[in-house]
Amino acid sequence: MLSIKLAIKNLLGAGLRTFLNVFILSVAFVVIIMQNGFIQGWNKQAKVDVVEWQYGEGQYWHENYDPYDPFSFQDAHTAIPERLNTARQEGTVAPILVTQATVYPEGRLKSIVLKGIDPRQKTISIPTDKLVREGEDVPAILGSRMAMNIKANVGDYLLVRWRDANGMFDAKELKITGLFRTDVPAVDLGQVWIALEELQQMTGLDNEATLIVIKDQSHAEMDLAGWEFQDLDELLYDMNQMIKSKSVGNAIMYLILLALALLAIFDTQVLSIFRRQKEIGTFIAMGMTRRQVIGVFTVEGTMHAVLSLIVGAIWGIPLLLQLKKTGLPMPEGYDQFGLPMGDSIIPAYSLGLVLVAVVIVTVTTAIVSYLPARKITKMNPNDAIRGKIQ
Amino acid sequence: MDNNTIIQTDHLVKRFPIGGGHFTALEDIDLRIGKGEFTGLVGPSGSGKTTMLNIIGSLDDPSEGDAQVLGTSIKNIGARRASTLRKKHIGFIFQTYNLMPVYTVFENVEFPLLLLKMSDSERKKAVMDALEWVGLTSKVKSKPKQLSGGESQRVAIARAMVKKPELVLADEPTANLDAENSHNILRTMEKLNEELNTTFLFATHDDKVIRYLKRIIYLEDGKVVGDEQVKK
Repeated sequence: MLSIKLAIKNLLGAGLRTFLNVFILSVAFVVIIMQNGFIQGWNKQAKVDVVEWQYGEGQYWHENYDPYDPFSFQDAHTAIPERLNTARQEGTVAPILVTQATVYPEGRLKSIVLKGIDPRQKTISIPTDKLVREGEDVPAILGSRMAMNIKANVGDYLLVRWRDANGMFDAKELKITGLFRTDVPAVDLGQVWIALEELQQMTGLDNEATLIVIKDQSHAEMDLAGWEFQDLDELLYDMNQMIKSKSVGNAIMYLILLALALLAIFDTQVLSIFRRQKEIGTFIAMGMTRRQVIGVFTVEGTMHAVLSLIVGAIWGIPLLLQLKKTGLPMPEGYDQFGLPMGDSIIPAYSLGLVLVAVVIVTVTTAIVSYLPARKITKMNPNDAIRGKIQ
Repeated sequence: MDNNTIIQTDHLVKRFPIGGGHFTALEDIDLRIGKGEFTGLVGPSGSGKTTMLNIIGSLDDPSEGDAQVLGTSIKNIGARRASTLRKKHIGFIFQTYNLMPVYTVFENVEFPLLLLKMSDSERKKAVMDALEWVGLTSKVKSKPKQLSGGESQRVAIARAMVKKPELVLADEPTANLDAENSHNILRTMEKLNEELNTTFLFATHDDKVIRYLKRIIYLEDGKVVGDEQVKK
């Protein structure tokens, strides 16, 4: 209690220097929460989106399928297991056939991935109901980024050329019947979606698919010959790695900021102990032990952290709440990097996040306050009382 | 050590290392100072009076011999017991006052009592009594920088006296004060010595202080060269 009382008096007595240290530390404190809030928010948002739009609750992949190797598509297809027929009817599994193709928007050539999906599926959020054929035209839907890239709109025709199962080229015009907006570029950029049966007919791969998306866990981990089940951990592995590396980058940034604040406190402590030798000597003369005096100086330094929490709360809470309301707008073109990301990232704050920030700031401040305070043990109290430089 | 003796030194020697050798600050000092004395260690700079005060105040330890203060041997006293001795029984008055600049007068005087863990009401009463002794009750909320030199030293006296110690050690208490303030300070200490029977031990070479002393111990080159009782 005595240490805290003395610390508060000394900190208030130090005036502007205390305020500057506390303010810088409060910036570090708020930035740690903000940065991690954005990472957590993005993490949450991206995972929810990819599950809704792309991965479902897991996928069966043909054993030859490699989403990162378009050459694998040619041999990555087999018959859809009959065991899933009921689920297909209910729309709780969505078989997808994948093939390479080329489109010719306004006479230019563009390689794409042509995907066939059951229009009745209810497994992922792609609006496949627009793929139901109502006339002669073969309906196709595109993501808004893809539509923008090839300057296509609803009602436009798009010439597509593909190779069938025998390696023969064929071409057809698709009618764009719908555009969809998603934060998951993997179902948008370079993708054209048509009905599964259309693609099966076009390629001569009747009743075949490359992958099957499932809606619930009741269809997970089934032993289906020629198919390998990918659970969400495997499917989200790359994204988790990316988020982890992003977290490390952010941590480096806030550690630099924290280091600057701590350096200022360390400096203040060293200066304070040097300047207040007389006071230290007087403390000892009046009966304080050296350990008590070190305690006073360590608590005094650590109080910077406590005050920074208060100051950080005063200006940081309104800022963080406002950011939670409006989100952080992402620059145009960011989605072209292939990361699942919305127009803005909404930060997600948690009690754990705040507690971690509090512990990091308080513990590191206590350490940098204690280190110079140890010097007191080496002081000769007689010289200290006279304020002699030691 | 008899009941009336508060300080006793026996063959006290203090040496400080200098270069490869050492400097002898105190050499074979034998002294007895009784309870309630108003005594001064008088001598020129370097005579050893501050060193003597520091050893008696348990801020330093003897190289040889021993000093008994209030029945406690200073030799090998240990940091914890030394701080307890200072905290409970000894008050210090310094040449440069050594007040805490960020504390008010009240808080400066209160500080030694915080270490003794007294109740709030007892502490407040003791502080106000001490400030009354030195005539500074009107300055309780002032900060040291708002006080004159004389007032600052009176606050230092109140701080030394607030816990009613048996012994007050004053190192050149008037060195930074003019004649009028010096006399005021000394009259205050003299009054406290008489009313509370507190033992005062000064280290000084100031004639203004010497005039008030009831006993003068002359030091020169670390040796006692004279010891006289002053008849008033």
